[in-house]
Amino acid sequence: MSYKSFERRLAAFFCTLILLFACQNLSAATEETEKFDAGPFIIEHVIDSYGWHICGDGDKSVTIPLPIILFDDGHPVVFMSSKFHHGEAAYNGYAMGWGENKGSIVKLDGNYADYTGLLEEGEMYENHVCKWDISITKNVCALFISLILITCIFLSVAKRYKEHPNEVPSGLQALVEPIIVFLQDEVITPSLGKNSNKYAPYLLTLFFFIFLNNMLGIVPIFPGGANLTGNIAVTGVLAIITFFVTTFSSGKEYWKDIFNTPGVPWWLKIPLPLMPLVEVIGIFTKPFVLMVRLFANITAGHIITLAFVSLIFIFGQMNPAIGLAVSPVSIFFYIFMGLMELLVAFIQAFVFTLLSAMYIGMAIGEEEHEHEAVVEA
Amino acid sequence: MELIKPSFGLIFWMLIGFAVLFFILAKFAWPIITNGIAARNKKIADQLEEAAKIHEEMESLNKRHEEMMVQAKAERDALLAEARKVSEEMYEKAKLKASAESQAMIEDAKKSIYFEKMKAITDAKNSIANFSIDIAQKLITEELTDREKQEKLVEKWMDDLHFN
Repeated sequence: MSYKSFERRLAAFFCTLILLFACQNLSAATEETEKFDAGPFIIEHVIDSYGWHICGDGDKSVTIPLPIILFDDGHPVVFMSSKFHHGEAAYNGYAMGWGENKGSIVKLDGNYADYTGLLEEGEMYENHVCKWDISITKNVCALFISLILITCIFLSVAKRYKEHPNEVPSGLQALVEPIIVFLQDEVITPSLGKNSNKYAPYLLTLFFFIFLNNMLGIVPIFPGGANLTGNIAVTGVLAIITFFVTTFSSGKEYWKDIFNTPGVPWWLKIPLPLMPLVEVIGIFTKPFVLMVRLFANITAGHIITLAFVSLIFIFGQMNPAIGLAVSPVSIFFYIFMGLMELLVAFIQAFVFTLLSAMYIGMAIGEEEHEHEAVVEA
Repeated sequence: MELIKPSFGLIFWMLIGFAVLFFILAKFAWPIITNGIAARNKKIADQLEEAAKIHEEMESLNKRHEEMMVQAKAERDALLAEARKVSEEMYEKAKLKASAESQAMIEDAKKSIYFEKMKAITDAKNSIANFSIDIAQKLITEELTDREKQEKLVEKWMDDLHFN
């Protein structure tokens, strides 16, 4: 079978698949009376959750239960998230939060302190949020999967370098090596100069962690689909690590530049320390911007993608025929956004790494590095 | 709001997970990979340099070879020219010598021919004289038998003598 005909068959297969899904959704849309609400649907797909939803809806849904780990008054509490029955039940007084506590686990107070069973709609339950919640949520699970993946990939690549030194790269090695060389030549060495070797492990780990998780985030099915790098906690931790690395590797020059910025008129420093104030704020805005940029780019990509999918259902609710008519357009845009996200997955990982490298390079400040290649995306 | 509310659990696991990943990769992967790439780069660079060096050497060798060829050619040409010159000289000399010799031989031959001729002429003269004397003797003896004839003869001789 030639490549071209294989391509055609593949295209035909996917078209049929899409049509089948469309028909199924059509019939589902006509049956269901529940109104489709795009907003919560999208947010639900973007945020973290206590179970890994695979497919289906409501009671028929297939969800991988994940362990819930809590420290309640110093006592560890461990049970599976399936005990919550999709948030409709309480287990030993623990339940999924609602209202302003939505997304957290709450402990019921008063009479319901050890309650196990369905929660009644409209009943007022006294509750408080469990603060020390280290549950293996969907994102934590995705984190572990990506950690295992990255470790396996790079240990096998390292093994290949060890066992076949000075040979033509092959397989995974050939896939990974150009990226490593690119990062070394374009990001690490220009920003850090002779300190490259010291910081290269962190920056490389950072890049591949973000890149792989961005890519896994685009994959719509298990084990992808968790919006890990589009979660503010994850990007925040990465930004905080960069912040600490930057601060702890800073030299005298760095602090001198902050508190006595050269090339700035004296009246910006002397009576009112305006410039030092701006610079001190800058120390914290840099990692903050890193955090927000990655989070916003990835989440926005997912939201737009999901919005295009939602369009089909919104129109399908008006009239199944319109839904069918809209679906090719939606799918086209969905694919377009998917390709955009592929690009964004690389660019955001690259930008995060580049800016981290530059911040560290500036903090060390031993020599003038090239700072021209600033990419603000 | 849930979207921008970082959860404690994720931060906790993320810190641990990323730290573990960093330490594993920093210990068992990155140094090996980066050193491997650097070592290969160095090897390739070295080999390229070596190749350039060999190329240069080859070039200089070629050049020397060519130079030697040119030199050899020139030497050969010089040798040939010299040989030609020598042979020509020898030829000329031989020619000269030969002509001189032949000249001498011719001279000799001429001389000897002259001598022979002279000798032959002398011999012929002598023979003719002898013959003449003999004939004269015979004539005289024949003529002197007759008085008259003797006289006439003497007369004639006398005339001849006179005219001589």
